[in-house]
Amino acid sequence: MTRSGFVIANLFRKRTRTVLTLLSVIMAFLLFGLLQSVNTIFNAGADFVGATRLFVQARVSFTSPLPISMLPKLEAVPGVARVAYQTWFGGVWQTNTPLIMFSLDPQRYRDVYPEWVMPEEQWQAFIHTRTGMIAGKQLADQYHWKVGEKIPINSNIYPQKNGSKAWIFDLVGVFDGKDEDWKKRTNLAFIQQDYFDEANQFGVKGRENFFILKLADSGRAAQVARTVDTMFENSPDETKTQTEKDFNISFVKQIGDIGLIVRWILFAVFFTLLLVVGNTMAQSVRERIPELAVLKTLGFSDGNVLGFVLAEAFALCLFGGLVGLILASMAGAMVQQATGGQFQLTVDYHVWLIGVLAIVVMSVAVGLLPALRARRLRIVDALAGR
Amino acid sequence: MLRQALAITGIGIRSLPARWAPSLVIVVGLAGVVAVFTALLAMSTGFVSTLKATGRSDAAIILRGGSDAELNSAFDRDSTDLIKEEPGIATGADGKPLASAELMVIAELVRKDDVRHGANITLRGVEPAGLALRPQLRIIGGRTFTPGLRELIVGRGVLQQFQGAAIGDVVRMRGSEWKVVGTFAAGDAHDSEMWTDINVARSTFGRSGSSSVLAALDGPDGLARLKSGVAAEPRLSLDVLREQDYFGGQTKQFRQTIGFLAGVVTVIMALGAVFAALNSMYAAVATRSKEIATLRALGFGGSPVVMSVMTEALLLAVGGGVLGALIAYALFNNFSVSTLGQNFTQVVFNFKVTPQLVARGLVIAVVIGMIGGFMPALRAARLPVTTSLREQ
Repeated sequence: MTRSGFVIANLFRKRTRTVLTLLSVIMAFLLFGLLQSVNTIFNAGADFVGATRLFVQARVSFTSPLPISMLPKLEAVPGVARVAYQTWFGGVWQTNTPLIMFSLDPQRYRDVYPEWVMPEEQWQAFIHTRTGMIAGKQLADQYHWKVGEKIPINSNIYPQKNGSKAWIFDLVGVFDGKDEDWKKRTNLAFIQQDYFDEANQFGVKGRENFFILKLADSGRAAQVARTVDTMFENSPDETKTQTEKDFNISFVKQIGDIGLIVRWILFAVFFTLLLVVGNTMAQSVRERIPELAVLKTLGFSDGNVLGFVLAEAFALCLFGGLVGLILASMAGAMVQQATGGQFQLTVDYHVWLIGVLAIVVMSVAVGLLPALRARRLRIVDALAGR
Repeated sequence: MLRQALAITGIGIRSLPARWAPSLVIVVGLAGVVAVFTALLAMSTGFVSTLKATGRSDAAIILRGGSDAELNSAFDRDSTDLIKEEPGIATGADGKPLASAELMVIAELVRKDDVRHGANITLRGVEPAGLALRPQLRIIGGRTFTPGLRELIVGRGVLQQFQGAAIGDVVRMRGSEWKVVGTFAAGDAHDSEMWTDINVARSTFGRSGSSSVLAALDGPDGLARLKSGVAAEPRLSLDVLREQDYFGGQTKQFRQTIGFLAGVVTVIMALGAVFAALNSMYAAVATRSKEIATLRALGFGGSPVVMSVMTEALLLAVGGGVLGALIAYALFNNFSVSTLGQNFTQVVFNFKVTPQLVARGLVIAVVIGMIGGFMPALRAARLPVTTSLREQ
């Protein structure tokens, strides 16, 4: 019998116990996988966002608009390659599904966001259709919007000139992300700033929630941000300029410290698991003391015996952990499908990496004490049942 | 039979300390499930109770039609004056309509545990009637703002969670400096706001009108009269809501999200705990197999054995449940957090561990205990007496 065969055979000498323990471990890692991926959703400061773009907002709050007259001043700042701007539209689909929707200048936005991919003729159509709208792929798929259709959208902020809040836009394009990370963020829609300025009842013209600066060189982000903020200091339109990444982080932090809650739950889960598996291991070593003594009598070293017990713990955690993580991946994909990509529960390689790490730590934590006990056994005492 | 059951259960429980490790697994497992369940729902309960406490039933909030939240709502000065003349609004001590035009804008403050990421805080400009309409709001430090001056009073929740909002601090907004002169407590969502005079807010933020009007209702039919009055006025397109309903309506999404999270987490953790409990109870039965076989040989029946094993599992489960509830209470009751509310601003609220939540947690513990005890109990009752006695 090989050593690994020996370990597995030992695990299954009490089948019920091993199966039940495995099931507990599987549940723990299923929860672990799902919670970690929730954590990833809120990890908006992800590196792929990069630092080549700066967000300029009103210092008091991004809900306070900034005047379009800032545009030439921002363009003149050294290190700024291109400036785009956008205004929150307050779009609502049907009765009360809020949409992430901005009005903007299509050409400028396209220059600043090369991450969005759309056929050239659709870009041209967006640039040249006043009532045009483009939607991200996820959004278009979710509501079954097709290019060429007229899409009715309400605004919970802006009525049109005739007092109606029911706007109608021509869907002229559907964009996607350039890679996996950006594809996940295509749940938004854009309309033309010129049309919006002209058609809204308040006569709100040229007021922007954000200016987005594309930098010639990301190394100068801090310097450019300082220059911009100094330029508008002590005016009613004081600015706050930060990298896109920082903006995203603060945006997500507004929702609350999700990470904290997740950490508390994971702590509870793993503490419990530690006890469950630890108890199983301790019990199985206790029952086998005479056998372990026989092994030592046969010439297996103390280290060998320690290795056997640790290997058992590792096998339990590894098998249970992997199955749990696989289940989590499948459950995550199901949630994603069911919500049309609005809720991205991806158990990706980050989660797997942390999961495997957790498996190793767990194995050592539950296996070490029983393994040390097995190593310390003195043959005479153990055989005598002392 | 009951006597037999009691006797066996007694023996079992007295031998618990001798096999404490597997028993502890049940207790800790259940404590984990109940603590997580209770804590998550305590968060939801706290948020709901904060918002529910905010609205009065005898006041109405008037927003521009279809705007859902004060943040999206706006009307000009003329409309504001027109609204106050509508029927159904109570008259104040000064003979004028008891109504407050309010301007809601957003300012950013930095959380105490952060260094630079700003969070949205409601800045509410109110008319003098605004204070009269919220009798629950009292100044707990400093004084109230002086109309016409750039002065702020700050809610207790803002003071607790955010930097730079204590009395004497200066908040910079739109190129001007605002002095914090007082703090207030209302025991509701207003604790997450900063207040000032509406006219100062208007001039600083370049807004001429207001976001909403809060009006005291004149008698039980006041709301109906106000609604029909507003509907009959062609110059106005407005939503009139009972203040309590307006705030109560803002809790739905949060409740659903947390409820879903609590449901998924609890179900998965509970399954894990069931497997652990089964494991422990099988182990307990195995350790006691000789003893049980002896009892059976002496003439004890099968059902008392089942009952004793079940009782043991239930006791351990309930013990774990109580422990979990205590942990949730100790760690999270009145734990203060904040999240984004309907107005896209922070709502500060406290976790609330209520007796109902604890009761629900204990029900979960009992159910898990029953499932975890049942199969092992059956096995105990079916132990073949002779082989068990012969075993070493």
